[in-house]
Amino acid sequence: MVRDAKSRLQKDLARMSPEENGAMVTTPASIETQLISHLLRRAGFGGTRDEIDRFSKLGYEATVEHLLNPPSVESMPQDIIRRYHVDQSDLRVQPATGANWIYRMVTTNAPLLEKIALLWHRVFATGQTKLIQGKVIVTQLEMFRRLGLGNYRDLLLALSRDPAMLMWLDNQDNHNGAINENFGREILELFSMGVGNYTEHDIYECSRAFTGWTIANTPYNTQKMRNNTARPYGYIAWQFKYDDSDHDHGEKTFLGKTGDLNGEEIVDIICEQRATARFIARHLYHHFVADEVPVPQWPHVPPKDPEAIELMADAYFSSGYSIGEMLRATFNSGFFKSEATRNARIKSPVEVVVGSLRLSGGYEWPTMDVYDASASCGYMGQGLLAPPSVEGWQGGEEWVSTGAMMQRVNYASRIIGDPSRPGVREIIDAVCRSGASRDAETLVDECLRHLGYLELGVETQREIVEFARGQVAQLPQGGVKQRDEAVERAVIAVLQLAVATREFQLA
Amino acid sequence: MAKKRDRALVVIQLSGGNDYLNCVVPYENGHYKDARPNLKITDDRVIPLDNGLGLNPGMRPVKDLYDRGKVAILHGIGYPEPNRSHFRSMDIWHTAEPAKVGDKGWLGQAVRELDPAGENVVTAVNFGNGLPRALAAPGVPVASVGDLTNYGLLTGIEGHRQREQALATFNRIYAPVAGSGAVMDYLGKTGQDALRGAEILQTAPQKYRSDVEYPDNPFASSLKGVAQVHMADLGTRVFYTQYGGFDTHADEVKTQERLWSHVSDSLAAFYQDLEEAGRSEEVVVLLFSEFGRRVKDNGTGTDHGSGGVAFLVGDQVKGGHYNEYPEIETSALVEGDLRFNNDFRGLYTDLLEDWLEVDAQPIVGGQYEKLRPFVSVSTG
Repeated sequence: MVRDAKSRLQKDLARMSPEENGAMVTTPASIETQLISHLLRRAGFGGTRDEIDRFSKLGYEATVEHLLNPPSVESMPQDIIRRYHVDQSDLRVQPATGANWIYRMVTTNAPLLEKIALLWHRVFATGQTKLIQGKVIVTQLEMFRRLGLGNYRDLLLALSRDPAMLMWLDNQDNHNGAINENFGREILELFSMGVGNYTEHDIYECSRAFTGWTIANTPYNTQKMRNNTARPYGYIAWQFKYDDSDHDHGEKTFLGKTGDLNGEEIVDIICEQRATARFIARHLYHHFVADEVPVPQWPHVPPKDPEAIELMADAYFSSGYSIGEMLRATFNSGFFKSEATRNARIKSPVEVVVGSLRLSGGYEWPTMDVYDASASCGYMGQGLLAPPSVEGWQGGEEWVSTGAMMQRVNYASRIIGDPSRPGVREIIDAVCRSGASRDAETLVDECLRHLGYLELGVETQREIVEFARGQVAQLPQGGVKQRDEAVERAVIAVLQLAVATREFQLA
Repeated sequence: MAKKRDRALVVIQLSGGNDYLNCVVPYENGHYKDARPNLKITDDRVIPLDNGLGLNPGMRPVKDLYDRGKVAILHGIGYPEPNRSHFRSMDIWHTAEPAKVGDKGWLGQAVRELDPAGENVVTAVNFGNGLPRALAAPGVPVASVGDLTNYGLLTGIEGHRQREQALATFNRIYAPVAGSGAVMDYLGKTGQDALRGAEILQTAPQKYRSDVEYPDNPFASSLKGVAQVHMADLGTRVFYTQYGGFDTHADEVKTQERLWSHVSDSLAAFYQDLEEAGRSEEVVVLLFSEFGRRVKDNGTGTDHGSGGVAFLVGDQVKGGHYNEYPEIETSALVEGDLRFNNDFRGLYTDLLEDWLEVDAQPIVGGQYEKLRPFVSVSTG
């Protein structure tokens, strides 16, 4: 029997907090509640009212620990998914690959693992466009989940041996005596230090050190290519191979260190650099704290909050390169919790889509809806496993265009306005039960609480109350039945409008 | 003629890889017959054209337009080092960047030249879900329409009155709020632009008067939408739409004929519609596909190949053949595919410089030989 993540999460929480109390909060959200909902939006995809209430009882720091070290990691089981979707058995191509990740993100009880995988997918952006298959990227994403919160050296080394990455950046064409600098350049520019912290000569030496880091069995892959023009490298799961006979064993000098350096030593030297710590910190900041300028501008524009970057960089060194420790320091910091930080980052398309689906429920069993969700991410500009270039997605304001805005607004309001989804049904019933539907202000308050304690600006809230007043006024006079259709329509319209706000576009 | 109206470019993407050899058919060529034992289009079925070439049986309306001199057939089109991946090859056509992964669309960049301040939110209109890379460029507003008759914000709100009220509220809650910061301002402007675009485009079907009957398929609806928006004079200069299914690894003969009959019938209706309204001089249609297909068939279909064909259709198009049909004999092939002889960036240069009148070089990244397919070119 499949259980959805919500119930698993509740189980986990019940284990930790003996208090079983689902009573409704009728006062404005406390600061603790606001902080918890902020944390869940940033370290996950936002919480339902129930999740936020329960975590609030647990307390902020304990919630941080829960997210960093989830007591269990579960999502909809792959065997159940495969039973419904044949194409998700072998995960060769879109739309199977993207849809499968949507299942993970919507049903997981460990959302930070997906959030960190999304970050590394953005930074180490690898796409099906060039590889002509998604299976190897699915494997790469699994590696991001496994190592993404751990030691950065382990992650960077695994990335350097990742077949999808090797092919994406042509390292199989990087030979002793015939250097291909693509990977050697990007590991420095995009994956660790950023422009300005090394020379062209360092790139060359770094590339030499990665000669012989290749994909196993390429003649077989080439044969597959001849046999099938549609799939140039075949759909098989490629394997890493280190070919010592193709490795350049000559002396190299990289960032001042000299010797017969191999890829491992290069990664060691990279990880020792303060520039690496700062660059990774800035990426974490951009992903979890506040929108930064696009990455290509980083060498020229100082960080938004240099102190925050230094704090995270210190955590990097004091913990022996631990990403998880950098995040712990971040989540518990004043700058993360500050009012200026909250509700100020533009949600990525995946956050809009997955956040809406986690609120609305309906993923207890596999559903064709998952393909629409994955495609919608693409329509909004974040096609999973399909980054626009090696530089990934820049995010921030670049997420938003008129077309994307329409998609975002229409998607969220369509999902949240669908009473056949169990989560939406629960919200409508709860709002109706509370009797809030008789008074516009209470109705809006109640709806916002159920949308993960969504906070609106004063003007926005006033307008939505005004709208709700119009809806309530149109209701039949006298005693309203609990599940009266007209009442339901009014509640749904308020919910739909609430997720159509600017505020909902922010995390 | 009344006041000079802006010209519009309509781009039709035939997704999946349209088989060149069975689209513009060298039906008298022995090498063609040899390479296509299972799916050659026989003399009795082909629509004869000229020069030993004929059209796919599904393309009768295209033949009629060709006879009137309105169709340019652009042979052997492609780019160096052909890529046989759908995604990558389409990307290359969208960004005009064969050598590296580009992120800016050629049409998006053209729109920025046409409307540098982004004043008209409907300078470019895409019909279909999502935004093709071709139209994407930072800061360029593009309206993307699924279905024109049902286009707008908050389409998930069912009650008409309720939705009208919600849209009025939407407009107010996206209005600038003093001191709310740059991000809120940007979101507000974009939201209002989206709403404005939807409101503008919604007027098009209301203004539209026509007796032309379009075929009943989604592609025809898109083209009808293009006609409606163009005739509503909303300042739209670039239209984009696509029709898929050309990836004919199997069952090619039936499939390709069916697809082309949808495309041709719709195109003919579109052309007639413009003509009857006296607007056909203002519009040029480009039809392209990401690649052609293997010369040798695989039994019931063909695999991905290179070297393809594109078409320009319009009143201002000089009809006829452009460039040579690439050699089909085995020794002339590149890895079993036609050798392209016509860089698509030359065609883009024609369209950008002589039709949309914007500087082509920065967009296509260099100078490419033009085909000069237009009857008259303004010297402005």
